[in-house]
Amino acid sequence: MDAHRKRKLVDSAMRGACTAAVLLAVVPLASLLAYVAAKGLGGLSWTVFTELPGPVGETGGGFGNAILGSLYLVGLACLAGIPVGVLAGVYLAEFGDNRFGRIVRFSADVMSGVPSIAVGIFVYTLVVLSMRRFSALAGGVALAILMLPTVTRTTEELVRLVPDSLREAGLALGVPKRRVILRVVLRTGAPGIATGIMLAVARAAGETAPLLFTAFNNRFWSASLDRPIGSLPVQIYTYAVSPYDDWHRQAQAAALVLVAMVFVLNVGARLLTRARGDSR
Amino acid sequence: MRHTGAGLDRDVRAAGGRPWGALLGAEANLGDRLFRLLTAAFAAGAVVLLAAMAFQMTRASAPSLSRFGLGFITGRHWDPVRDVFGALPFLFGTVASSLLALLFAVPVSLGVAIFLAELAPGWVRKPLGFIVELLAAIPSVVYGLWGIFVLAPWLRETVQPGLAMAFGSLPLFRGVPRGFGMLAGGVILAIMILPTIASVSRDVMLAVPSTYREGALALGATRWEAVRTAVLPHARSGIFGAVILGLGRALGETMAVTMVIGNRAEISASLFDPAATMASVIANEYTEASGDLHLSALSELGLLLFAVTVILNIVARLLVWKVARVPGGSRRT
Repeated sequence: MDAHRKRKLVDSAMRGACTAAVLLAVVPLASLLAYVAAKGLGGLSWTVFTELPGPVGETGGGFGNAILGSLYLVGLACLAGIPVGVLAGVYLAEFGDNRFGRIVRFSADVMSGVPSIAVGIFVYTLVVLSMRRFSALAGGVALAILMLPTVTRTTEELVRLVPDSLREAGLALGVPKRRVILRVVLRTGAPGIATGIMLAVARAAGETAPLLFTAFNNRFWSASLDRPIGSLPVQIYTYAVSPYDDWHRQAQAAALVLVAMVFVLNVGARLLTRARGDSR
Repeated sequence: MRHTGAGLDRDVRAAGGRPWGALLGAEANLGDRLFRLLTAAFAAGAVVLLAAMAFQMTRASAPSLSRFGLGFITGRHWDPVRDVFGALPFLFGTVASSLLALLFAVPVSLGVAIFLAELAPGWVRKPLGFIVELLAAIPSVVYGLWGIFVLAPWLRETVQPGLAMAFGSLPLFRGVPRGFGMLAGGVILAIMILPTIASVSRDVMLAVPSTYREGALALGATRWEAVRTAVLPHARSGIFGAVILGLGRALGETMAVTMVIGNRAEISASLFDPAATMASVIANEYTEASGDLHLSALSELGLLLFAVTVILNIVARLLVWKVARVPGGSRRT
């Protein structure tokens, strides 16, 4: 009888501990979101989106160039990362049940664990040194490399989920394989693949470390490939570690904008999978 | 439902044996062959990139490698002005902050994982899973910002004085409470690797066949006993893999740590003292490196980080794959 009560007690204690762990995990997130929302809203205004940073030490100005720069860099990254990633994923799912496929799969998984700052060094040695300057192109390449593993592996998973009967139907009609894949399989998997891409974009949009010495920073509007360019994460970093109160306020406002972007992408990705009635 | 069909690849097995069969396939149609080759070329991208990274970074660190050799790892002095580069303080900072992070994060993430996989009622799982994912989605630099303005002041004013009062005689808690330092680095890393460890462990636990659980429960085990005797033993190596994945993330994490760890190349026993990690010194000095040797030494740090994380990831993937073998690889919900 006593043993029974002790077991019950241990059971409730461990359940309690697990629940406590969940609460403990949620606290920092709540604190962070509350901080960013409260401080960020205070610093937010129209000029923040439309104006360039003010001169050092003066109050006012905005970070419109950084927002534009982030969009530009992420756009560049998508341009390279999405086609390569999707086609690589198609290979893995459709033709990849062999040794080469396993090596690729493994490399992609390992690559997703490579620190982003190491990717930054790699791109620096490859692009920045050969161009002899920091550039938006280098930043885009770095972000593309970081997106690649996620896009590849999600595409593979989603293409695998497409029922074989659809492929067979296409083939039975005499449609060549490549067109079955492009027109039937990819189209069926598109919402899921889009989800994966959005998550990869969200991650890339928040990356700072690889941009520090590839895209560098730029206090002015820029849209040229071969010039340094500003970005939200780098701007937040520069402002956060600066000694000026006004810059801290700007960093908090910029953080709110960045978190909102990431949040929208994540929720959007969620909704996209749900709309499809995916039970995962 | 997961269709694990071989896709369009059935005929290839018939073509098996030919060395290039895997790449070229046995398609009769020329266009199909080209398409397959094209996708294979893109797929090779991942392998080529990984190899190119190793090559480029080794090349960039060659001057430092040949100048310092093993002394790079054992040297305690990092002095760009006199071209002396010893990385021991950074190695120490990286390893210590990551281990500290594991110390905080592992128990909590396992609790979260057990809760999500075993205890939570169905309606809690999805929103809670989303919250954990959100934790992973917040950019590192935003964690750093929060670390500077919320975490570090809190540590300085509440936690560190308390610790100093209670355990001040230990060398671990000596020194001026600054907020910024090893403790802040460890805490912020713990928060950042928690989602990785929690979600991979949860997936591994969910991959344990439910008959094991049901067997234990049918024998009269309590819920916790079922977890301890049926689920955890089977998930053990996968959970270990999850922890290693978390460690890999912690080692390479840059921005948040750089912003709160204090950035001083010193080895100190105290958690209150500032430190620096391999990633943080790269972030701080790479763009303004004073000379070729300095740049090369920083690249060597990057190479070390790269090599260590690649090895850790290989080990972790093998462990996780062994347990939760899903055709598509790691499952993300």
